[in-house]
Amino acid sequence: MRILFKNINVEIKNLISRKARSFLTILGIIIGVSGVIVIISLGAGAQALVLGQITKLGTNIIGILPGKSDETGPPAAIFGVQIKTLVEADVEAIRNKTRVPHAIDIVSVVRGNVTITSGDQSIDTTFTATDGSYVRVQNVEMDHGVFFSDEEGRAAANVIVLGYDVAEQLFPNGGELGEIVKLKNNSNSFGSIPFRVIGVQEKLGTIAFQNQDDQVFIPFKIGQRQILGIDYMQFVRIRTDTPENVKTTIIDIEGVLREQHRIKNVADDDFVVRDLADAIKILTNITDALRMFLGLMAGISLIVGGIGIMNIMLVTVSERTREIGLRKALGATSHQIRNQFLLEAVILTGVGGIFGIIIGIMISYLIALGARYAGYDWSFVISPLAIILAVFVSSLTGIIFGLFPAMKAAKLNPIDALRYE
Amino acid sequence: MLIELKNITKEYDNGGVVTKVLKGISLSVKEGEFLAIMGPSGSGKSTLMHIIGFLDRATSGTYLFDNEDIKDFNDDELAYIRNERIGFVFQSFNLLARTSVLDNVILPLTYSKKKDHINLATKALEAVGLGNRLSFLSNQISGGQKQRVAIARALVCDPKVIFADEPTGNLDSKSGNTVMYILGRLNNEGRTIILVTHDRNVAEHANRIITIKDGEIISDEHNLNSRKSQMIEDDQDIELK
Repeated sequence: MRILFKNINVEIKNLISRKARSFLTILGIIIGVSGVIVIISLGAGAQALVLGQITKLGTNIIGILPGKSDETGPPAAIFGVQIKTLVEADVEAIRNKTRVPHAIDIVSVVRGNVTITSGDQSIDTTFTATDGSYVRVQNVEMDHGVFFSDEEGRAAANVIVLGYDVAEQLFPNGGELGEIVKLKNNSNSFGSIPFRVIGVQEKLGTIAFQNQDDQVFIPFKIGQRQILGIDYMQFVRIRTDTPENVKTTIIDIEGVLREQHRIKNVADDDFVVRDLADAIKILTNITDALRMFLGLMAGISLIVGGIGIMNIMLVTVSERTREIGLRKALGATSHQIRNQFLLEAVILTGVGGIFGIIIGIMISYLIALGARYAGYDWSFVISPLAIILAVFVSSLTGIIFGLFPAMKAAKLNPIDALRYE
Repeated sequence: MLIELKNITKEYDNGGVVTKVLKGISLSVKEGEFLAIMGPSGSGKSTLMHIIGFLDRATSGTYLFDNEDIKDFNDDELAYIRNERIGFVFQSFNLLARTSVLDNVILPLTYSKKKDHINLATKALEAVGLGNRLSFLSNQISGGQKQRVAIARALVCDPKVIFADEPTGNLDSKSGNTVMYILGRLNNEGRTIILVTHDRNVAEHANRIITIKDGEIISDEHNLNSRKSQMIEDDQDIELK
């Protein structure tokens, strides 16, 4: 051990005198370690971002999606498949207080793309056609004006709530409340429909990679029948009285829907009822798997880096055979020779690991800065676990891949090594 | 007796073909001797020196060093003897490249228990007249100076015996003389010197000359007119400072 520390100075001098080679050797380790750190940091940041946004919606929300899905995977409707099995009669059945007693707000939702026109200003945006209680289910806050009421929603009144960006683009000078805008769906031949602006939603920024300010809200029936021309709904959201009643309400709703759709066997369900806890679980599963996979890829690059080190160390050993012979002739034991080469490998990987950590943290930080600049509520997360893992793996790489060349060096017979040309 | 060889043999097995390099060498060396082992190339003189110098083991025979049978020593104990009790000087110097003169001389000390490395190495370098070259890199000095660094390195652990394998083989005659002068002086200070050479002129520096041919000692003579003594008496144009 004493010899080991005494030699660190000499080894560092040795490695410095071969700067270019030492640097190239550790490059693989630097890339591998910084890769692991960046990927784990980004994964944690993105996961926190998405989960944070979902949790903000509240934990007493249940979603109903048409179509079948397995326990942990996402439902088919998410991939844009139109399923027409969830209809008005289903929602009416759920509204029955004796069947689903804890459901407070039930909102039907369809979404689509429209062109919205005011005077000669015209922009393309997304509309959400829903009920008045959407404002409570989704925690919609208004910048000014009001969201439409349950009565206006049921009566399919021609009223509209604009997203912040839409209002700003159509009415750059303000004064939009009470103005008439026209909506037209370009994918069918229905004409333009006039709406009176009654409110503007507060500025939300971008959530889950969508600009939440580039959309408008209109009563459900108008959007469903007169703009999209369909008679089913894309999804239904339900708010329960307390978070504790979420699970029983899900069971209640499943019972109602099975009766409505005359389904006898649970396996034949053509709908999915889930709460946010399920959604969070699914998302966590997906993102965890992604992080694992990416971390593994970065880990593989560490192994490649380690093989690079072994390669260079083997070259070094045969290049320095005479030196090994000399050291043995001057009194070095096999252990001391082995430790010398092992120490070199460990110093190389250690220095690579330190540079990798620094570079990885810097890249993660820059990405976090960029994400915040782009409007995401991104937190800069460096997990100590990632650092420990990277250091552990890189020094382990050094020892494992350094050991073979070091043993080879130690085994050399002094006189054979001295005679080596 | 410092070194006592009894019937030492060495065989190499090259894929079934056995070559006998040493065929029963018996030899005694007293402390303080200056011994030259002479012989043409291929005679086995270097192999003999490697065996006496603990770099190689004999195939058979007994080797007593300081009255201890080296058969009883394991590899680590042999490394200790190489480090503390003997010193080597090679034909091709074998200095570490891109390393300072001082660090080269410190190298054996890093494997010993001795302390105060810089001081010991500086003294050894002063003894060979290189006290003013400590921080030079090993590739920035002449061949003669390199061999003097190598002698300082052999000297630094204060060994009983110094082995020199063709120490002047890669040097011009003037540098070679300087090296031989230093070896002679070390011998006068009481150190045993064992020199291997094929050159009669170089061997003439020793007090005793052994000639080897085909793995056997063919002559063992005392050299009464050692050039060592003449050189040291004359102190002939040796510049050590």
